[in-house]
Amino acid sequence: MTERAYKVYSISSGTVIDHIPTPLALRVVEILGLGNEGILTIGMGFTSKRLPEGKDIVKIENKVLTRDETDMIALIAPEATINIIEGGKVIEKRRISLPDGIRGVMRCPNPNCATNVLGAQRVFGLASPEGPLYRCRYCERTTKVEPDLLITSAGI
Amino acid sequence: MGFAGRSIISLHDMTAADLEVIMDTSGRIKAGRETGFLQGRTIAVMFFEASTRTRLSFESAIQRSGGTVIGFANPASSSQSKGESFADTISTVTGYCDAMVIRHPVEGSARLASDIASVPVINAGDGANQHPTQTFLDLFTMKESFGRLEGLHIGMLGDLKYGRTVHSLATAMAMFGARMTFISPHTLQMPDMIKRELSQAGVSFREVRQPEEAGDDLDVLYVTRIQRERFGDPQEYESVAHSFRVTADTIRGLGGRVLVMHPLPRVDEIAEDVDRLPNAIYFRQAHNGIPTRQALLGLVTGGLS
Repeated sequence: MTERAYKVYSISSGTVIDHIPTPLALRVVEILGLGNEGILTIGMGFTSKRLPEGKDIVKIENKVLTRDETDMIALIAPEATINIIEGGKVIEKRRISLPDGIRGVMRCPNPNCATNVLGAQRVFGLASPEGPLYRCRYCERTTKVEPDLLITSAGI
Repeated sequence: MGFAGRSIISLHDMTAADLEVIMDTSGRIKAGRETGFLQGRTIAVMFFEASTRTRLSFESAIQRSGGTVIGFANPASSSQSKGESFADTISTVTGYCDAMVIRHPVEGSARLASDIASVPVINAGDGANQHPTQTFLDLFTMKESFGRLEGLHIGMLGDLKYGRTVHSLATAMAMFGARMTFISPHTLQMPDMIKRELSQAGVSFREVRQPEEAGDDLDVLYVTRIQRERFGDPQEYESVAHSFRVTADTIRGLGGRVLVMHPLPRVDEIAEDVDRLPNAIYFRQAHNGIPTRQALLGLVTGGLS
């Protein structure tokens, strides 16, 4: 069997998110609210020394994500690595860390919380990096970040 | 951070210094050194769920300080019964008053109200979450009794899982370096979330099943009711209801000098023979709700500084 010339197209400028544990690439795209911003390449299920279960890659052409945006990825994929590309070269290798606060991307699992009953904005503050745990600004309960609690760009 | 214009929503927003200011001000009011400081001010007391004693305590505090009360005692008499949103009710009433006192069954409702209102909001209980003025009066009562909070050994007995009173009290006492012993049936233990907070703050605590195991150096035994309404499963309630009862013998077993507190109402968790002992301070504790709430309203409206 011949080796493919490339697995995912390289990009000349934009953001590459690598080492996303399989199959979380689509979740990452949803959390970042990406959709109508040009070419987005998603590769899933690559072999990886660092991630024995496999890794996904997301490449966003012509868009440099801010640090606040890339830190959101740490909510579900803290192992992910970020490369910022310009002129075909990596100009920044970025580490991600858990955001101190998150707004609008996670729902509170407490059914009696003002965010679920009275229409309060969904706002959380980091309570503990172990988990990680976030505290709801309204009902004050701490919640472990689970993919099911994350709100997708489609608003699901 | 000063108090004028500030909303009082949660113990998590407060420092030990804030709590000291509230206790000192409450003491001055109780001693008759501050009067009439709500003169000309209107306070909206909005109870979206019924609670007789907290509402009466706030209304009494406002009137004793010279203020005027407006509001409602249950949601049936508010425009919410006509379908108005909570946000619209708050947006409207904020223009009618100098401060709002809110009780609402939804957790986080008071925080949401403070986001919307242009006047200070005082949380008088938001579901199972916070009831900060109960904690202020608890702290004031302990300080009044011992002259200090630092280093006290507090036993908390009863429903430690669902009881918001003990959660807030634990958070507050942690700021003053108190020792804590949590006494409850296994199924009603203090939640991990609170224990984690205490551990992070370096507070020493232990957990036991019965009051007799708390040792003989307790300064305060804080008893709470097992609240039937917090249990989804009636069988779970029946399995723990009546699992403890504090009697005069219990007090003697704890060394005889422990002060007994309770946020009230009680059902049968404290026997009436305890009422006659000098250890029982729960009615004085309830009465302290007046100067404490007076202090808070005076501070947030700028009537006191």
